[in-house]
Amino acid sequence: MGSALIGDEIRVSIDCDAAIVTARQKGRALASQCGFPSTDLAVIATAISELARNIVRYAVHGEIILRLLDDNGKRGVEVVAVDEGPGIPDLALAMQDGYSTSGGLGLGLPGTRRLMDEFEIVSDFGKGTTVTVRRWKR
Amino acid sequence: MQVPILKQGAYLIATVQSALTDEDLKQLRDALVGQVSKVRARGVIVDVTALDVIDSFATRTLRDVAHMIRLRGAETVIVGIQPEVAFSMVKLGLTLAGVSTSLDLEEGLAYLNRKG
Amino acid sequence: MSNTQELATATEARLETTASRLRELVSHLRQQRAQLREEWARLITEAKLLTAMTKEEIFAEATSVYDNYVEALETGTYEALQAYARNLSERVIPRGVETHEVVGIVLLLRDVLARSLFAKYREDFNKLNRILDAYEPAANRIAATVAVGFVQERERIIREQQEAIRELSTPVLQVRERLLILPIIGVIDPQRARQLTEQLLRGIRTNRAKVVVLDITGVPYIDSPVANHLVQTVEAARLLGAIVIVTGLSPEIAQTLVNIGVDLGKMNTVGDLQGGIEEAERLLGYKVVPVSETAAQPA
Ligand SMILES: Nc1ncnc2c1ncn2[C@@H]1O[C@H](COP(=O)(O)OP(=O)(O)O)[C@@H](O)[C@H]1O
Ligand SMILES: [Mg+2]
Repeated sequence: MGSALIGDEIRVSIDCDAAIVTARQKGRALASQCGFPSTDLAVIATAISELARNIVRYAVHGEIILRLLDDNGKRGVEVVAVDEGPGIPDLALAMQDGYSTSGGLGLGLPGTRRLMDEFEIVSDFGKGTTVTVRRWKR
Repeated sequence: MQVPILKQGAYLIATVQSALTDEDLKQLRDALVGQVSKVRARGVIVDVTALDVIDSFATRTLRDVAHMIRLRGAETVIVGIQPEVAFSMVKLGLTLAGVSTSLDLEEGLAYLNRKG
Repeated sequence: MSNTQELATATEARLETTASRLRELVSHLRQQRAQLREEWARLITEAKLLTAMTKEEIFAEATSVYDNYVEALETGTYEALQAYARNLSERVIPRGVETHEVVGIVLLLRDVLARSLFAKYREDFNKLNRILDAYEPAANRIAATVAVGFVQERERIIREQQEAIRELSTPVLQVRERLLILPIIGVIDPQRARQLTEQLLRGIRTNRAKVVVLDITGVPYIDSPVANHLVQTVEAARLLGAIVIVTGLSPEIAQTLVNIGVDLGKMNTVGDLQGGIEEAERLLGYKVVPVSETAAQPA
């Protein structure tokens, strides 16, 4: 069964360093308004930070979309990171701890998967990348 | 967002006031590394109490700061990491290995003093 | 052919008039409110439902349920009823009212109302049937709404209670300045593991702890996700500037840790709680005086 969207979604255009901070602050505020405990707020904000940074670093620009979900009374936050950048040629490799093409720590994608309850990544080489993550309130 | 750096005795204390962009973090790193040699500090404390997120870039920059400062003969302590932030960091896979941490500024100073 | 036509006409007529029949029904139920409510409250008592409540309380609730019920029939919307069902459940669950009682009273009301319809339309069997056709689906939906509302509320309360029990089951003890002990007893499931982490990390900050002794003597086994979680908790504590000493590690749990790739040599482990506390005091800079030595000292 699908989950329903509550309220309006928030879209943050990601095209510079400062937008990474804006996106995670908006995500935190949204989750806080939905009543997530503080541990989860940090978790959600951290995940947004990683996804937004990947957009700036690898795709130059894109968007973070934030949504509140309701699945039969269970509340959640959904974060979608979309870009039309170069895409990821080998997803399995990109999902490995420590793999980075930019000399980074290589923990953004695999770490975000650990932080969140649900994680989906779709990437078309040459066309762009979409990462969708969700965290449910317990 | 500039991070103020104060000199207190043989130590430099950088107190983060609000969320930092990647650019702010790099500036902080360069400022600390530059000053530590200039004032011949023996220790550096970075107070991150105000940070509600420490992601992989911030962690990496903090780690770099500690390593570069060690090469200049001084010791770095990161103080004030919040419980929720610490939890997110380890979930992400970040450990700040090889970098000293203390509860707060007071503890950080006590740690550096013990080290002599 | 003529049969089909008749059927089609009947369907149309039904659709057209369901609303008007419900209206007729609602006005009947409003007129008979006092009497039907009385009858219903009597049946509730007779059926020994809601025994945890007094007669007056039952009557007061019966009035509210009745009005909400009729309103749901009238408007065809169930939100108000749902909200009322939640609110009712929240009030009566702590008093020990069971699911079957709540379902029971709603079904009784459905029957009381149906019987009053039988009485009213006794002379016109066809009309009675049409009225019941309109009434039954709505009544069933109302019963389901109330029952589901009750069960959801009950689940929520049970979850809250479990949470509270878990919190109690992981005490954070400050044995002396800067030293915390967390004696953990029983199985650590993922939810308890999460709670343990939060309590430990918060405890470090609020007590300004430098060393934490995590005693797992009373933990029979852990699976690898929980083992991972424990290791992450130890790392997170270090980020706050505290050292965690794990004591009472059984050989099985030690094996689980090794299996997930933990280097036990890098973890602070001490055989038993007593040894852990001594190690903690040493780290804190206290001089540990053996018991025999204290005893030997002159008073
Ligand atoms: N949005 C994206 N577009 C293109 N490539 C990406 C994107 N996100 C991640 N990648 C690729 O996946 C790799 C792993 O990403 P990540 O786990 O965040 O680590 P890091 O950013 O530290 O390299 C990156 O180095 C990059 O090659
Ligand atoms: Mg990254």
